[in-house]
Amino acid sequence: MNITDLTISSIREGLQSRRFSASEIAAETLRFAEAENPKTNALLVLAHDRAAAAARRVDETLAKGEDPGPLAGVPIAVKDVIVTKGLRTTCASKLLEHFIPPYDATAITRLESAGGVIIGKANCDEFAMGSSNENSAYGAVRNPIDPERVPGGSSGGSAASVAQGTSVLALGSDTGGSVRQPASFCGVTGVTPTYGRVSRYGLVAFASSLDHIGPFARNVRDAATLLKVIAGHDQADSTSAPVPVPDYPALLDGNVKGMRIGLPAEYFNGLASETGDVIAAGIEQLRKLGCDVREISLPYTEYAIAAYYIIATAEASSNLARYDGVRYTVRSADSDTLSDMYRNTRGEGFGAECKRRIMLGTYVLSHGYYDAYYLKAQRVRTLITRDFTKAFTEVDAIVAPVSPFPAFKLGEKTQDPLEMYLSDIYTITGSLAGIPCMSVPCGTTAAGLPVGMQILTKHFDESGMFRLADAFERSRA
Amino acid sequence: MKISEQQVRYVADLANLRLTDDEIGRMVHDLDEILTHVDKLAELDTTNVEPMAQVLFEGEETSALRPDNEHQPLGTDVALANAPAKGGGHYKVPKVIER
Repeated sequence: MNITDLTISSIREGLQSRRFSASEIAAETLRFAEAENPKTNALLVLAHDRAAAAARRVDETLAKGEDPGPLAGVPIAVKDVIVTKGLRTTCASKLLEHFIPPYDATAITRLESAGGVIIGKANCDEFAMGSSNENSAYGAVRNPIDPERVPGGSSGGSAASVAQGTSVLALGSDTGGSVRQPASFCGVTGVTPTYGRVSRYGLVAFASSLDHIGPFARNVRDAATLLKVIAGHDQADSTSAPVPVPDYPALLDGNVKGMRIGLPAEYFNGLASETGDVIAAGIEQLRKLGCDVREISLPYTEYAIAAYYIIATAEASSNLARYDGVRYTVRSADSDTLSDMYRNTRGEGFGAECKRRIMLGTYVLSHGYYDAYYLKAQRVRTLITRDFTKAFTEVDAIVAPVSPFPAFKLGEKTQDPLEMYLSDIYTITGSLAGIPCMSVPCGTTAAGLPVGMQILTKHFDESGMFRLADAFERSRA
Repeated sequence: MKISEQQVRYVADLANLRLTDDEIGRMVHDLDEILTHVDKLAELDTTNVEPMAQVLFEGEETSALRPDNEHQPLGTDVALANAPAKGGGHYKVPKVIER
């Protein structure tokens, strides 16, 4: 068994034919991670005991001749913003350095019930704020394809772990592109489902109206299988949608003949040339598959970054108010008054990017600015969403780049926060609209850096998105 | 300038965030740059456009409500387990009333 090539189906086949046990896969993966993880810093904690116990349950179920579930024995990394009962969850922040959650997120309960084996917690940008994974209090993550480069962010550790082979699947979270962009940079598949498709219960809140949990995998089928397991209504999250979840992997028939694909003109202007070439070749491939490819327009695209960074930071400033030294393990040492304790704990605990976003969010919500910034941004969000609604009357899916450029070097963009924000342009629009979007590997640059292609469909049409991505993936194999 | 040092200090106070003088200086620069970009939104006429606070799904008006059944909460000991200071089943904090 080669740990770095495993997929859900190869594990299933190996377990059924008794070539290996779930316990062997877990042990081998953990051994591999202990040796290789220091090269990328993708995982913050290895969950030896939890993984061993989960794998043993799978082996015992198999021994009884029962079905151990669709994720049986599959090693899974979990972004450290998703809470795991009894397993340290830091959000890559100093403020939660010692935090041991008292409960499991719904997505965690569901994937473990399906036989999944949590191998460890994945590094990320602090409280999921960043596009390069350089904002972690526990050190940056390096891209396994080129360690001088970033893995993308904020779910950089999840993407890097799947690419490196220290997990087969991973959970990330996406607020403005934090699953799709690192998937693109690391050459794996990453999915942001419809807002409300996956329960946010146990996902530490960054921007509640934009936060999604989403899967990473080595292929489209595995991503679809993982999403099917974690998706669906949850009483513990009133924003989770009571919409039936289709059997995504069963719908992957490779036939996308006649599917209408829209290419938004606004997404092809500021592309680095090599990225543009790789995407163009991918689009040519879709034509060969019989897709009906046409140009469309999403005219409000250029306003998306501004709207997003107002809405997301406003929500973040409110959500992050709870880290005040009272409840969550870390408190500034010498403060005589309550007010000093709040200020000192937060001033010492938050990293620079979190502080910047708390400040921006507090400012746009403050007296005299609320209408001009926050309410205005919410109105623009409506316009951006309408762009998509209109487009999906004409096309079945939209295809676009994920990022204007491939993985950049560590330190290259840390000095200019606005430049870093602007690089999120192609992923933020879909996040604002709440539609399903994903990154599927499309090719590489001359230097071997992966480039992802983004596929977007209408609300709750993950099936169409997966079918197109799967047909595209097969055509490249 | 879109934002002054004085405004940055005021907002930091609202946010309960102790910032060093260096951080204040950097924040004035960064927020100014970001707010200048954000001003783009003023180009758009959004009269009669409803603000979007949440992505909505089709459903009954009550579909976001759960049945009102009793359930077992975490319990005090578990809920307090991560507290930096606690006592008598409560969180402990420095004195609240300042003289």
